[in-house]
Amino acid sequence: MASNIPEKYKTLIKNNKRIDGRTLDELRPVKIKVGVIPSADGSAYIEIGNTKVLAAVHGPKEMFPRHMINEDRAVLNVRYAMLPFSTSERVRPGPSRRSNEISKVTRHALESVIFLEEYPGMGIDLTLDIIQADAGTRATAITAASVALAHAGIPMKGLVAATAIGKINDRLAVDLNGPEDNFGQTDMPIAMISTNKNITLLQMDGDFSKEEFKTALSMAKKAIEPLFEAQRAALQKYYK
Amino acid sequence: MTSIKIIPKKEDTTIKNTNEKKENKTENKDIEQSNKIVLPGDILVESIDFLTGYGTYRDGKTIYSKILGILRKKEHVISIIPLSGPYSPKPNDFIIGEVAYVGYSNWKVNFGHPNDATLPMSGVPEFIENGADLSKYYKRGDLLFAPIDSVTKNMIIQITMKDKRARKLFGGKIISISSSKVPRVIGKDGTMIAQIKNKTGCVINVSQNGRIWIKGDNEPLATKTIKMVEKLSHKKGLTEIISKYLDEELKQMGIKTQKSEDTEKQ
Repeated sequence: MASNIPEKYKTLIKNNKRIDGRTLDELRPVKIKVGVIPSADGSAYIEIGNTKVLAAVHGPKEMFPRHMINEDRAVLNVRYAMLPFSTSERVRPGPSRRSNEISKVTRHALESVIFLEEYPGMGIDLTLDIIQADAGTRATAITAASVALAHAGIPMKGLVAATAIGKINDRLAVDLNGPEDNFGQTDMPIAMISTNKNITLLQMDGDFSKEEFKTALSMAKKAIEPLFEAQRAALQKYYK
Repeated sequence: MTSIKIIPKKEDTTIKNTNEKKENKTENKDIEQSNKIVLPGDILVESIDFLTGYGTYRDGKTIYSKILGILRKKEHVISIIPLSGPYSPKPNDFIIGEVAYVGYSNWKVNFGHPNDATLPMSGVPEFIENGADLSKYYKRGDLLFAPIDSVTKNMIIQITMKDKRARKLFGGKIISISSSKVPRVIGKDGTMIAQIKNKTGCVINVSQNGRIWIKGDNEPLATKTIKMVEKLSHKKGLTEIISKYLDEELKQMGIKTQKSEDTEKQ
């Protein structure tokens, strides 16, 4: 693996600065826009660094397909898709093993926050389109999704935001970008609820020691705060 | 410091609020009636002296916001006026729906909700004999303006025609807006809708599910105005803005509209 790393990405940290000039606990610049799709009930566009995601919510509406109906609560239907032009190599459109998995974990990350029991027998469709991928697409998608859900007026316990903690050159860093994700050691996306900071998603690609994991969690808690503020600012700006 | 703002500001979200817990306990009897926008998960009050109204939930002592909207406090009930979201049927709400199915003893009425409303035979003012053909009264495609009679937890919605204002709609045109904007279209004590009715000379029926029925010569102007109200719903002094807009539009249309208004008054 080590031999595959290009020369310029061998040292990802120089003088405590990363390749894009950020410090280790710094997020990429965040930009959120609400209400970008008029035909949807709720929508949001988000840019975190070079990762760009479009989230749209349709519903609550009649459940489709009918056999998936749940008479006690609404069903959240998440579709995560990387658009064909989102990476340097074309992505084959349509569901894949990866997109199915991310759709499922995103659904789990958001389901626990939404008051689904208020809409028995209905379905909520959430579409997450990755326009440009530069690491951390699932985290970015979750952050956008909760803004779109709030815009759609769907009752929630709180907002959900997500970021990733990674290990590059044996050091912990927040919100990895493309090269850091590809040539770093570990990537751990974390999603949290704004109210009680409960974790709704935690995955890990690579490995952490026990101590590293603990510091990573506390780093995530700190790093996620600006994301909640960005979400809040975007929603308030839309209604100003 | 007799009053405090319970809603967290932009800069400090939940952290500051937990720090202020002790101060809040003694002071939260006066809550400022502000037009501030609250988001899901915002702390509204930290006290057991308040009841949770629409759009709020309680976790321990704290009352949180559940939806995006504007905070309202009435005596001891804290609720949120939603700024967006689906229409949730409530009893006594008037809806505009289309008869989708004529059954043996009832009608099913589609009003833009995943569950159709039911109009039972007993909900019609006329006496209907058992086994009569119900399409004689209301047939498929008819438009009804009727209040909701009851809503169950499992979303079985019943409407009734036994109401003075309930009726079948003939002619005209239906436009739909977001149901959360309906209060703005009606305005305080119905001022907004009364002004649109008077100035355009149209007959307008506004239903709570966001469908609006318009009939009259100035139908396009009324439609345009209502769409404008929906778009500018968050603005203050909207009734005056709309009043000015209508006057200008009518002036541009010239004498024609004046004449048609006069004829309608006669």
